[in-house]
Order: sequence, then structure tokens, then C-alpha cells
Amino acid sequence: MADVTRPLSLAAHRDADEIDRRNLDWYIDKAVQVLVFIGGISAIVFVIGIFVFVTAEGLGFLVDAFDFGEFFGSPRWKPTSEYRTTYGILALIAGTASVTGLAMLVAIPFSLGAAIYIAEFATGKTRETLKVLVELLAAVPSVVWGFIGLVIMNPLIIETFDVPVGLSVLNAGIILGLMAAPIMTSIAEDSLKAVPDRYREAAEAMGATRCQLVFKVVLPAAKNGLLGAVLLGVGRGFGETMAVLMASGHSINLPDSIFDSVRALTATIAAELGETAVGSDHYQALFTIGIFLFVITFVINLTADLIVRGIRKG
Amino acid sequence: MSKRTLVAALAVSAVFVTASAEARDLIQNKGSDTLVNVAQAWAETYREVNPDVAVAVSGGGSGTGIAAMINGTVDIANASRAMKQKEIDLAKSKGQNPIQHIVGFDALAVYLHKDNPAKSLSLAQLAEIYGEEGQTESWSQIGLEVPGCKNQEMVLVSRQNNSGTYAYFRKAVLGKKRDYKMGTRDMHGSKDVVELVEKTPCAIGYSGLAYATDHVKLACVSKTDGSKCVMPSVASASDGSYPVARPLFMYTNGEPTGSIKTYMDWILSDAGQCIILSKGYAPIRDVTCPPATN
Repeated sequence: MADVTRPLSLAAHRDADEIDRRNLDWYIDKAVQVLVFIGGISAIVFVIGIFVFVTAEGLGFLVDAFDFGEFFGSPRWKPTSEYRTTYGILALIAGTASVTGLAMLVAIPFSLGAAIYIAEFATGKTRETLKVLVELLAAVPSVVWGFIGLVIMNPLIIETFDVPVGLSVLNAGIILGLMAAPIMTSIAEDSLKAVPDRYREAAEAMGATRCQLVFKVVLPAAKNGLLGAVLLGVGRGFGETMAVLMASGHSINLPDSIFDSVRALTATIAAELGETAVGSDHYQALFTIGIFLFVITFVINLTADLIVRGIRKG
Repeated sequence: MSKRTLVAALAVSAVFVTASAEARDLIQNKGSDTLVNVAQAWAETYREVNPDVAVAVSGGGSGTGIAAMINGTVDIANASRAMKQKEIDLAKSKGQNPIQHIVGFDALAVYLHKDNPAKSLSLAQLAEIYGEEGQTESWSQIGLEVPGCKNQEMVLVSRQNNSGTYAYFRKAVLGKKRDYKMGTRDMHGSKDVVELVEKTPCAIGYSGLAYATDHVKLACVSKTDGSKCVMPSVASASDGSYPVARPLFMYTNGEPTGSIKTYMDWILSDAGQCIILSKGYAPIRDVTCPPATN
């Protein structure tokens, strides 16, 4: 074998030498390589850049005025108080968490149902149309969702539940749930598709019905991917700003019912950052919230990613 | 940083737009939401008075204007509260020298839904309604029954914490040693407050008198329990009888010169003061204006 290939590989070597000559093509090739490399690592560069920027802006507060117990333990967010300035984000965390929690209650049944239908039941045209529509839903701008919350949901909630104001956890949760559902559907559907067909064939060969097949075989096999989809939805909920700002009522509150208005972490940054003096304590405290949000969404997305990867490999 | 470049880019593009029409001076004017309507009216009228100067007005709240003054991105900052010493120091450390000009007075009205039967409210009652640890949570606690308001539970409408109106109402009603209650609805503009109160029977809110409409009710406010209450009006704001009246400010960077000086002088002249009067605020002195030219 080796005797036969040696002259061939020598010839290939000669050809390679010819090709390797540094003419214009070679330079173009190199330039494109560098460009693609920069494109490839740009995401990393940006993430690190953003983290460094946000940390640098918030660092002064973290070093000088940061009080861990107050920051995470007090619901009193009074950055402009005359007599007792406190930076407590407990109520803001409660706001974000309650809205995201309700959003997941809304989004999980919708998105898992849609994913199961698209992946396991729908065929041909129906399936393709549904997939396109789900993608389309994901493309609706968040300010439009916020507008729906403000103009349609608000009066609807006031009338249906007889409450004084309809901008509440309920409103923002439903809106956010509908926003997160398309992305969750896409990822959940991917993970259902990743379940090998031999599982299905084996189940069918054993005489399983369609429902038994889906609920007893496919769902358990895809459970990591589905969990990943839910976590990405949670990450989306934590990070969403505009729609939550418009639909939640923007009121600092520890909610004890879904009809209470709340204020989210992201909405606080959006509403206040433009109006603070650059470098002031208030400004830096807002950046500290930014760091906190960044860390949370990073951890959630990383966990989701690891889980999803886990299922692909397994 | 990016915000500053954005503002700069906007300013540059604005200069280009106006410069392409004709060479003009551009004055950047920003801040108080209470003053934004007046500032716009001033800018529009001034275009006819002096076509060589263009004034670009934007709102966003007193905090926005003051922050922009500190960051050096505006020529004139509008504010419905005075700058704090801390802010002046911060501005000086960044090389700005804010100079205060009083351009008018405003009565801060307490807004109620039009079905609300309240006759008058005292400052002490308002403090219990809005203040931290305040005991008043419902309308029935102050002896009222508001039709259409389930549970009689009050809906407190307030402003975002950088608003001058927020700061002034806190100082005038709650005093220096008290903050707002948790759970107020923090609206982003003066007009938003009035709109929410108009739609919500349970609501109480505060905003500049100039934002009053026929669809809301203004509360008559008394200094102490039992004393005679005063309705907010231009007259009661000027003579100081209304308890929650405040001066309105414009800040310039250093003593104004050139086109900014002529603009400020015009604002304080009879012509400028008649415009602030026509918008529902009190002028800084008695002026005789041509009857409702609008």
C-alpha cells in the first residue's frame, strides 16, 4: 500500500508547492481567513468588552457604597432621597422574578404543546407553515408587545377582574410569556427532533400508541433539551425590558397578588439611567444592577447551553 | 459615554439640518417635563422674533436636564426644582458653572378622579397618604366614599425619582425627613399622571397645574387641618397663598452671553412672560398681556 502511495504523495507535494506560491490568490485567501477569524471571535470580544465596560462603570459603587445586605435585602430603592438614600433592589428582584415566573407558567404549556405538535404530529405543509409562523412570532418587536399590554390587555384586565389598574404582574407575565414562547418552541422542537428515530421505531414495534410514544419515550429522552428551552425562556424573561416597562405598572412593590403592579430590574435601568449624572452614585448603582443582571442571564444561558449540548452528545 | 456621543451626534445633525437652510445659532434646551410645553412655546415664538437663532427643546424631567447640564451637553437646562449643592459641586468638578434663573412659578395641583367627592385635603392628610409609614391607605379612612372605586383602596400616582415635581412635592408635603411610600405608580411624564387619574376612580396624583383638563378634579389644599383651603391657580401661585407652589428654573452654563443671553432676556421680558402665563403658569412679576392672542 505504502509503496503505491509514495510516488503519488510526492506528486501531490509538488502540486502543493505550486499552489503554495504567494500570488494574489494566496493573499486574498489569507485576508479572508483573518476576516472570518475576527468574525468568529467577535462574539467573545464583545461579551468581554461589555462586561468590562459595565463593571468599570459600576465599580465605584461596588467599592465605596455597596452594602450587600441592603442591596439584596432591602425593598427600599430611594436613590434620590434627601434624607436617607438607600439602594435596595429586593422589590425589583421580586418584580422581575414574579413576572418571569408567571410568564413561564404561560409559556411552558404553549411552547411545549406547539413543539410536540410540530415535531411529532404535524406533517408536510401544516408543519412548514407552523414553523414559519412561530419564527414570525419571535420577530415581533418587544415595544409592540408592550403596546399590546398597555392598550389591549390593560382595559381587558380592568374589566374582567374589576381591579383599579390593569398594569400588573398578570399583564406583564402574559405578555412576556407570549414573547418567550416562540423561542422556547423552536428549541424544544429541535430537542424533540434530536431524539433518534430508532427510539420511536422500537416503541411502535412494541405496540405503543402515538400518545404513549410521545409521553413515555420521546419526552423523557428529550428532557434535557426541553429543560434547556425553559431556561432560555427564563433568561429572556429576566432580560426583557421594554414590554415589561410598559405592562408592569412601574411601581416598586413586593407583590402579594398577581394584580399588584411591580417594577423590573431592567425597567429601572431603562427609566432612570438617562436622567442621572454620569459617575454619580445613582448612575453607578444602576450599573451594579446591570452587572447583577448580566451575571444572572449569563449563568442561566450557560446552564441551558450545557444541558442542551449534553443531550446532543448523549 | 455612548449617550454623550449620541447627544453630540444629534446636536451635530441638528446643526447640519438648520445650517443647510441658513446659518443659525442653535441653542440646546432640555429638562423639566413641567416646563417642556412652555419651553416649546418660547422656542416657537422666538423663531419669529429672532430667525437667526434656533432653539431645540426636549423634555425628560428636571433630573435629565440637570444631568445634561452637569455632563455639559446642553446650553440651557430647565428644572422644576433647584439644583442641589451636591449637583452644583459635581458640575463644577466637570468644568461647568450652572447659573440659576427663575423664569416663573407653578402651582403643583393634587389631581383626583372627577367622581371623587373630596372637598379639600390638608398637607397633613396628603403626607399620611403619600409618606412612608403613612397610615392612610383607603378613601374611607378620611371619611370619603368614592363611587366606582372597589374596596376604596387608594391608587397613588407619583413620578419617577428624577423628576423635579417628585422632589418638590416630597419637600413641600412630606418634609425633608420622609420619603414616599412603597407601591406608588411612578409615571414618566406630567401628562401621564393626569391621564391615569382620569381613567382610575381610586386614584390620587400630583402634577403641574398646566396639565389640568376638564376630565379631572383638582383638590383644594389647606396648610393645616381645619384652615381654609386654597384652590391651585395662577393667582394663588403668584401670591404664595397656595401651599404647594414652586419657582421654575432655567440653568445656563456661566452667565449667559451672545444668543443665549438675548434668548434669556427675551424669556424674562413681558413677551416671554405672557407666554408662560398663557400656558397656565404664574409669571415672575405682574405683566399686562394682550387678551388671549394665543
